[in-house]
Parts: sequence; C-alpha cells; structure tokens
Amino acid sequence: MSLTHQVAAPATQLAAESASEHRPLIITLFSVFVVITLGVTVWAGRRTKDATDFYAGGRQFTGFQNGLAISGDYMSAASFLGIAGAIALAGYDGFLYSIGFLVAWLVALLLVAEPLRNSGRYTMGDVLAYRMRQRPVRTAAGVSTIVVSIFYLLAQMVGAGALVALLLGITGETGKNLIVVFVGIVMILYVTIGGMKGTTWVQMIKACLLIGGTVIITFLVFHKFNYNLSSLLGAAAENSGKGASFLEPGLKYGVSTTSKIDFISLGLALILGTAGLPHILIRFYTVPTAKAARKSVNWAIGIIGVFYLMTIALGFGAAALLSQKTITDSNAAGNTAAPLLAQEIGGGADSTGGAVLLAMISAVAFATILAVVAGLTLASSSSFAHDLYANVIRRGKATEKEEVKAARVSAVIIGGVAIGLGIFAGKLNVAGLVALAFAVAASANLPTLLYSLFWKRFTTTGALWSIYGGLISSVFLVFFSPVVTGKETSMFPDVDFAWFPLQNPGLISIPLGFLLGWVGSLLSKDEGAGGAKYAELEVRSMTGVGAH
Amino acid sequence: MDTAPEHASPGPPGPRDYTDVQHSAEFGELRRGYRSFVFPLTVGFIAWYLLYVLLSNYAGDFMGTKVVGNINIAFVFGLAQFLTTFLIAWWYSRFAAVKLDPKAEALKTRLEAENLQREAGGGIGHQTDRLGKEKGELAGQEDDA
Repeated sequence: MSLTHQVAAPATQLAAESASEHRPLIITLFSVFVVITLGVTVWAGRRTKDATDFYAGGRQFTGFQNGLAISGDYMSAASFLGIAGAIALAGYDGFLYSIGFLVAWLVALLLVAEPLRNSGRYTMGDVLAYRMRQRPVRTAAGVSTIVVSIFYLLAQMVGAGALVALLLGITGETGKNLIVVFVGIVMILYVTIGGMKGTTWVQMIKACLLIGGTVIITFLVFHKFNYNLSSLLGAAAENSGKGASFLEPGLKYGVSTTSKIDFISLGLALILGTAGLPHILIRFYTVPTAKAARKSVNWAIGIIGVFYLMTIALGFGAAALLSQKTITDSNAAGNTAAPLLAQEIGGGADSTGGAVLLAMISAVAFATILAVVAGLTLASSSSFAHDLYANVIRRGKATEKEEVKAARVSAVIIGGVAIGLGIFAGKLNVAGLVALAFAVAASANLPTLLYSLFWKRFTTTGALWSIYGGLISSVFLVFFSPVVTGKETSMFPDVDFAWFPLQNPGLISIPLGFLLGWVGSLLSKDEGAGGAKYAELEVRSMTGVGAH
Repeated sequence: MDTAPEHASPGPPGPRDYTDVQHSAEFGELRRGYRSFVFPLTVGFIAWYLLYVLLSNYAGDFMGTKVVGNINIAFVFGLAQFLTTFLIAWWYSRFAAVKLDPKAEALKTRLEAENLQREAGGGIGHQTDRLGKEKGELAGQEDDA
C-alpha cells in the first residue's frame, strides 16, 4: 500500500497537459458519479431506521452484493493507480504487491469472516471484548480501530488531493485543498445520510465502474498485442530500456540487504494486515449469515484477483506503449500511468477516443477514492459510537437512537479531522501511513482476534498487552524509521533520528503483538467466568447460535 | 445487566452455560473437523507465500529463467500464487459446505430449540446478550439473523 504516497509526492509536476484540456469531460463524468451516488445514499438513508440499518445495512445484503462492496472497499487508488504505476516503472516488483494483497484474503476467509459474523454485532470490538472485561478491551479496540482507519484515511485524503489535482491539471495549493475539502464533504454525506446501507451501495457502484474501466483498457491492450502475453511482456521489457531484468524481481526491492528485509517485512504486513482492517471486518456484518459471509469473501477473492491480474496488463501495457520519460514526467512515481495508457490506447492525446478513455479512467479513480474514504469514515465512527461512546462512556446505557446519533456526529468530526490532516499533510510523504495501517492492523488487531476466537487461555490482560503492544510498537518503530526522518523521501527530510532501518515495522511488531498476547495471558489469571464465556463464544462462533 | 452472568441463584436458569455443549462429542467433532482442515492449510499457504517472497529476494537468477517466450519462472510463480489462492478458497468453501455446515446447522437448531424451551419454562431466564443491549426486544435474538 505504500504506493499511495507516490500519488502525493511530486504534484507540482504538471499533469499530462492534455488532462487539463479534457477537464470538462472528466468533471462531467465525476459529477454524474457524485450525483448518482448521493441520490442512492438519500434513498438508502430513508430506509435506515435503526442501529442495525446504520451499522450493518440491516444485514440484508446478499453474499454477491457484499463481495462486490468488499472489493470496492479494498481496491483503493493505491492498488488501481499505484500498482499499475509501479509495474510500469519497476516491472515485476510492482506485481509483488498485488500478490500479497490477494493472498491475504485467505486469512480472512479461513479464520476470521465466519466466526466474526457469528459472534459480533456491529464492530471489531464486539468480538475482541466478547469474553473479556468490556470497558478496557472495548477502549483498546476502539482506539486501534480509529488509529488504523485514520492513518489509512489520511493517506487516501492526501492522495486524493494530489491525484485529483494531477488529473485535472490543477497545480495551486488552494485548488488542491478545495478538492480535499470537497472529497471530505461528500464522504461525510455518504456516511451520515446513508450509513452502512448507503455506503455499501456506493462501494458496489464504484466496484462495477472500476472493474468495467479496467476490463476495457485491458482488452484494448491485449488487442494491440494480438492477445499474446509473451509479446506484451517482451515489448514492455524492450520499451522500458531495462531489458530482461524488467521482468524479473529485484529492480525495486533487490537493491540492498536492508531493502530485501524490508520487503519481507512488508509482505508479512500485507498478508496478515487485511484480516485486521476494521473497515473490511465490519462488512461481514452486512449479510444475514456466516455462510453468506463466506460467500462474500469468495466473491471478493474472485473480483479482486481478476482485478489485480488486469493491473498487470495495465502496468506492462503502459511500459510497452509509453516511454518511461512520459510516465515519470507526468508523475515521478508512475501514478498517472494508467490514465496515460488509457489515453494512448484510445488513439492518443489528440483523438476523441483518447480523450474519452482518459476522462473515464480519471473519473473512475476519483470514484475509487471517494468510496474508500467513506468506508473508512464509517468504520471509525461506528467504532467510536458503539465501542467507546455506548459501551465505555455510557456504560451500555445509551439508547439506540443516541448511539446512532453519536455515530453520525463522530462521522462529521472524523471527516473534519481527515480534511484538516489532509490539508496539513499535503506535502508529507504518506508512505508510512498506509503501510503503518496494515502493520498496526496485523500487529494489534489480528493477534487479539485470533487468540479470542481460538485460544481458551486468552485473558483480558493478554488482549490489552497485544492490542496496545502491537499498536505502540508499530507506531514507535515507524516514528524512528526512514519514513519519518533522515531521507529525502521522509516526512521530515531535514532531521534525522531514524535508527530503525526498515520502512515497514511488521517484521518486528507483528511477532511482538502475538508474543505479548501470549505472555500477558500466561502471566495473568483467567477471570473465573472466562471458561464459560469462551464456551459460549466458541459454540456461537462455530454454529451461529444466538448470532445477530 | 449485560455483563454480569455469574449470579449463582437457584431456581430460574441464568444465562445458558455452553460448557457442556463445548465438551460434547458433537461439537468436538465439528471443531476438530474445522481446525484440522483450516490450521494446516493456513500454515501451508503462508509458507508458500513466504517461499515466493524469499525466492524473489534471494534467487533472482532462478526466477529469471525463461519458460515460454518472455514468460519466466518469476511470472509463473506469481500467477501460481493467484491460482492457488483461488483454489484454496474454492476447496475450503466446498469442504465447509459438505463437512461443516450440516453439523453446525444441526447443532444450532438443537440449541435454539433448547434455548426457547428454557425461556418458556424459566420465566426471566432470557439468554442475555452481553455484547449489546437488547432493549425492548425480549427474545429477539434471531430477529435479524
């Protein structure tokens, strides 16, 4: 996911000049998307009556619908533009990302989705706190949900500003900030009006658009190469100027011992992070049964897998048809490679076909960002309202109405914070933020989730050690890593206190999260009812008895 | 009321204790079936993925060997990761549908019938949901499930 940062990097470089010429078309398409989705949101909002509707879309969605929505939540601009761009510039190494992102879904399918659906109600905290002392564990779960979501959200917001600015050819700070504000407002509207129902429909629409757009470009690329993968790869290798090494691992991560270890660390965070991402986990509550949750993950794996396969065509297609200079001139990290490819394959900068395809792909990219930030805002406001407000602050005495109201208010606040941070962080390199979101999710959330579901001896102390330990260690290590200081690409390049060499903390913090949960449990006493509570959780998670 | 299940009052039953179910042969079989399938498989696909990561890192020459045309081993390996992911998802789902779902379903139906009986017979002994507040909905456990 660290690809997102590249969106944010050198926005001052002029976008594809032609992008600004096609601005009216791009804006029109994008406006159509916003108007339609807001219409759907209002429609869904009218059908949102109680807390279950707001948090879980009434649990009425089918496995396929939810699978589509999960794909929509998961396929961010980072994977669409970032992976295509990374492949276009680094060849094979860009491809490595998509594999980690996809394989990670097996953890969700095999270990998490069904038990979570059976035992939880609205949030990840429901499951983590099930057998534990409610208030401390809910607090911890809420904190880690909000931290993960805010890091992820911030990265998307910064990316949104820079990317949209790039594609629309807006270079001024004010223009970019306005876009961040606009994105923030639309996302707040989605969440406060439509709740989970509205947001789910937005995700589905976005997923269809993204897949549709990608299918068209992929088809055109393959058509150009007579549907021959080998000749596409050959042309990419030759045109990239890097020859055969373009098709082999190592261009990006094989540079030094540290970069190799960093890649292992990243790989670990990717594969273990997905099943701990709160905005993904709450999607499993939108279907009626655990079986439907399983079905939705299967659909998601199919859709996301096919999508990532197509990004290979996009990336190598861009490398084959555009010069490396054209790609880097537009955006040093390659994030505009996919839109540029669309333009090229449609007939070039001066053709109508090129203009239409460029506008289409750009509008899809905006839609992608909007939908993903809405999902993140919903996850964090749900957790705030349900875990922190209703169960910790009000000690379970808030009415359903008050709880949903708190969720709406916190969505506005979180959206506001995201807008503010997005503007403030506009110049920062947000690489660490998304990688950190995955690393925190893998270090703090996943161990607790798995121990809670599968380990009888797990205790409240273990849960707290694991959540806070994973959370603090991952944030701490990133703070002292080259992501924050010491390098040109750091957030603060002028200072240097980076003693931790890796960009991604996962290699240390994930095992630490698991270890702390284990040690904390062994060193603390099982609180009497733990056995009975675990019996209830286990029976419920495996059979669905008593499930909401 | 939602977090205090341990009142040892006689008479009407408190929250259902599932320890007996957990220790029953029927549930044990379901759990064993699930765990013995899923745990080794998880270890397997994570190891397979890490092998791929390590080979990409440390076996560049091997990965660069061409297989057909411009398609090299690295590419085949990458596509194989996609393929195994699809296959494992399909395999698990089929296994779950055939081996786990019927058992889980049977157990659920039985337990729910028992719980209904308890509620009918035990008066106030409603099964508490300690995750949230049920408010108003008395026996509304299944309302939205």
